[in-house]
Amino acid sequence: MIFTIAGKELRALFTSPLAWLVLTVVQVILGYGFLKRLDDFLQIQSQLAQLASPPGVTELVAAPTYATAAAVLLFAVPLLAMRMIAEERRNQTMTLLLSAPISMTEIIIGKFIGLMTFLLLIILLVLAMPLTLVGSTSLDIGLLATLTLALLLLTASFAAVSLYSSSLTAQPMAAALLSFGLLLAMLFMGETAGDSLRARGWPIPAAFAQVFSPLRNFEPLGKGMLDSYAIACPLLLAAAFLILAIRRLDGRRLRG
Amino acid sequence: MTSPAPELTVSAKGLARHYGKHAAVRGLDLEVRKGEVLGLLGPNGAGKTTTMQMLTGNLAPSAGEISVCGIDLLEQPVAAKARIGYLPETPPLYRELTVAEYLRLAARLHRLPRAGCEAATSRAMQRCGLTEVSRKLIGTLSKGYQQRVGIAQAIVHEPDLVILDEPTVGLDPNQILDIRALIRELGRAHSVILSTHILTEVEAVCDRVQILHHGEVVFSNTIAGLREFQRGRTVTLSLHRPPAIETLRGIAGVSTVDADGDGRFRIRFAPDVDPTAALVARAGAEDWGLHQLTPAQTSLEDVFVHLTRGDSAGDSKQ
Repeated sequence: MIFTIAGKELRALFTSPLAWLVLTVVQVILGYGFLKRLDDFLQIQSQLAQLASPPGVTELVAAPTYATAAAVLLFAVPLLAMRMIAEERRNQTMTLLLSAPISMTEIIIGKFIGLMTFLLLIILLVLAMPLTLVGSTSLDIGLLATLTLALLLLTASFAAVSLYSSSLTAQPMAAALLSFGLLLAMLFMGETAGDSLRARGWPIPAAFAQVFSPLRNFEPLGKGMLDSYAIACPLLLAAAFLILAIRRLDGRRLRG
Repeated sequence: MTSPAPELTVSAKGLARHYGKHAAVRGLDLEVRKGEVLGLLGPNGAGKTTTMQMLTGNLAPSAGEISVCGIDLLEQPVAAKARIGYLPETPPLYRELTVAEYLRLAARLHRLPRAGCEAATSRAMQRCGLTEVSRKLIGTLSKGYQQRVGIAQAIVHEPDLVILDEPTVGLDPNQILDIRALIRELGRAHSVILSTHILTEVEAVCDRVQILHHGEVVFSNTIAGLREFQRGRTVTLSLHRPPAIETLRGIAGVSTVDADGDGRFRIRFAPDVDPTAALVARAGAEDWGLHQLTPAQTSLEDVFVHLTRGDSAGDSKQ
């Protein structure tokens, strides 16, 4: 049942011009960035060779490309997710799902998986760029794997937050703006909140704050460190917002 | 219903729904048996749509219980919803899908096994006359066809109970006739609850009718009972030399008098009395020039207006 809904969402994404436009724009930005960095790398390669342990192409080209992808997805995910619940409410098509023998949890998880499948396509395209260098240079496959995992986790938390925003309003544009707001607030506050709480000697609130700082959790994995806390935090964040979205749908049935 | 009562498809008891202080539905009881078409009638804002949303699990009732084929809708929503097909006021259509794709999705969402979806889809399309447009995008179809897709969506999984919220609104007369024939046909195999404020529609397709007003049932009976309720309670009177309207109002047993002009009056009687003889006697004695006296057409409209304008609504509840 979850996959029926996921399939429907994926189909809806592919029939909308917005999704194709987002795919194109993201790919142009990332492709340009990748080639530019590759070019820079080739220019300084001879100088790097003189260092004792020089950083490789994965660190200097792939890692920044992933960082750019994270920034671009911050804008792309809310745009892709904004219609998922808001538009169903505006067009009153949500009734089809709510009248069917499906639980609210299945509806939300189905929509989330549909969205994540589409986003996985973007992530695979990001991964494909450094992989084109296989054969011409030696890649740090371990680092590439943790980078991809970090981007996947970050995207999942963006997607859950955006899906929740979409459940709050019947206006897709308002949902997108709300997602930007929520995500930016988390990025800015999450960065400083954790540090200042820790400086005051409050490690537990600090650890809690880290759940809400997606970029802070991106960093260790981005450097190739398989930090279990940095893996758990975005998963917790995504789960929290998915539960909020489920409760929101349920509340609509109760309150009308 | 005098024949042995068929099994109960849906039963709701003491259904209520409040929006803040406003009560949209109050203490509503409702029962539909297999093979029955129930018409929910009422002015706008009477609580028809709210009732239907509660019966389909789209809205949680503030009080009361609903059971569908013996399954409690509030306790086991998934099992109960599998037996319901619902067409809301606005059909929940995905404009970017073709008719066949959409119905296949609806069948899957109602947990039909993948293998059976194809057959169920083509059967629903055939019943709703959609076979020739099966490959068209829903967004390109006319309103009438979109409404049919909405109905097809509600019956694709062969539910025991079909709930249709104003299924013929906005359609042209030919389409209305088609949809009504379809609803009659559905009524044979399924139970149907239909909301409308078109009175002829109720007479055309329903077996029983419940009239809602301010969220309460003010009338509940069979169509035959509804006609019986109204028969002989209104006459039209034509006089050459009419007296003052107050004189007519003064006759014992007359509850209301409306002057239609040219000496014509519509006279409504109070329940259980028939002042026709008294009227004729007065007309002869006072030389009003009585030249026509006819029982008014039995019309649902009279009943409806009578029940929902609040005049002596108390006696009408059964």
